[in-house]
Amino acid sequence: MLEIEKLAVSYGKHIALHDVGLAVGKGETVVILGANGAGKSSLIKAICGMVPARGESAIRHLGKSLIGLPAHGILEAGIATVPEGRGIFGDLTVDENLQIGAYVRRARQGEAKRRALVFELFPRLAERRRQTASTMSGGEQQMLAIGRALMSDPTLLMLDEPSLGLAPVLVQELFAALSRIRETGVGLMIVEQNVRISLSIADRGYLMEAGRVVGQGSATELIEDPQVQRAFLGMAATAQ
Amino acid sequence: MRKGATWAGLALLLAVLAAAPLYVSPYVLGLLVGIAGYVTLATAWAMFSGPTRYVSLATVAFFGIGAYTVAVLSETLPYPLVLLVAALIGLAVALVVGLSTLRLAGVYFVIFTFGLAELVRQLVTWYEINVTGTLGRYIFLPLGPEHIYWQLLALAAFTLSLSWWVSRSRIGLALKVIGDDEVVAAHSGINLTRTKLMLFAASSVIITLVGAIQAPRWTYVEPAIVFNPTLSFLTLIMALLGGATRLWGPALGAIPLFLLFEWLAANFPNHYSILLGLLFILIVFVLPNGVLAFAEKLWGGNAGKVAAATRGTPPS
Repeated sequence: MLEIEKLAVSYGKHIALHDVGLAVGKGETVVILGANGAGKSSLIKAICGMVPARGESAIRHLGKSLIGLPAHGILEAGIATVPEGRGIFGDLTVDENLQIGAYVRRARQGEAKRRALVFELFPRLAERRRQTASTMSGGEQQMLAIGRALMSDPTLLMLDEPSLGLAPVLVQELFAALSRIRETGVGLMIVEQNVRISLSIADRGYLMEAGRVVGQGSATELIEDPQVQRAFLGMAATAQ
Repeated sequence: MRKGATWAGLALLLAVLAAAPLYVSPYVLGLLVGIAGYVTLATAWAMFSGPTRYVSLATVAFFGIGAYTVAVLSETLPYPLVLLVAALIGLAVALVVGLSTLRLAGVYFVIFTFGLAELVRQLVTWYEINVTGTLGRYIFLPLGPEHIYWQLLALAAFTLSLSWWVSRSRIGLALKVIGDDEVVAAHSGINLTRTKLMLFAASSVIITLVGAIQAPRWTYVEPAIVFNPTLSFLTLIMALLGGATRLWGPALGAIPLFLLFEWLAANFPNHYSILLGLLFILIVFVLPNGVLAFAEKLWGGNAGKVAAATRGTPPS
């Protein structure tokens, strides 16, 4: 579904991504793992059109090239993004945020149906429809951000560090919801520091380091991979 | 029922205002012309700058372009055509300026728009001195104050209607979230550039027309008169006083402030600018969200709760 080849991004002289290739199949859940500064967020930003990709890059979604499309064009092509930390409009109510989520042309039909789906996934949002978003808890705001993204009827949903700053119990709840979203057939691409829980709902994963993809495999392979265990799961002692 | 009564009331108000030249003195008519002009300017300014929070000081650039177009073309073209040309020039400038500046955020946009007004004034001055060899032009149009007043009144009514329509439309919602967070707005599929540009252009064309319509009042026009930056600041402060995010806010700010400025200019001609500056500071400190928001807060949670409740479910 999503195919990326030779993706390169640079900020001035600093090269953030180099020769990155990866793919997400239809309805597949893929996790991108890597330390801070590995280029995970740049990857998300390049796909959703917030930073330009260099000349040789190729990004296709469902056969359509995304290179050079503005952010709203990429959403129109079916890729929705929940950016890191802030994915909602604090001054608007829950209902208004969801209404904005359905702003794109592809989402104008069936808005009510998708709103019902979002409320089914996140019952807490249904209780707070008229509440101003900024007055809700961090967990509820993250759910609203995901709901807002789902309102655009995406075929692929990208999430940049969705569990950042959430209490452990909320992280569980969040991934339970992502797992239900996955069952509806939406492809997921998740950038996460929380490796164990994100691999638990993923099909496959990629490892990134210094702007390159340095490894990949199925979720079960990755969780057993000594490199992953050493780097992310704090198993240096047991790996010996 | 209530809706019908509101519409009838507005229609009646418009009729009473339109008939004003028949029963008020020439002095009052002069005041009404000024009020209608500033109500239109402040409402048009707030239509773009209110929701997006892009504070523009380019008001006088467009106003002056309108006035100067009339000054240059009034003897060669029929009057309605002159207005049309003025609107088109305003539109062209707005599109060029908008495309090149609406990426600027915050204070950079403010400074650019302020610079733009000065740039246009200097360009016109340079052209008049070096090419036409005169600075200043006469406008002889057979238009009395009542004709100008009626045109401005119609334009004010149109601007308020447009502003009302925008605030209820999808584009109004898009504009509001652009002011809230541009990054998330882009992730929500909003075409930032097009949305901002459309509203900036609409607002600028209206401002250009105000300048064009008011030009015949001066008879004599020169760049220092029609590109006076005070006009930009007055428009801004009026909109802020009333509340730039509400439909009637700018109008409610424009009326008392215009009358106050007239009174100050008549009674304290030498200290006018100082008093203006003090007032500006006072308004920003005391009423940062405008009188309407302040009044709502004053009347307690009740009004606020009702407003929150009636925002309710959006039409699907």
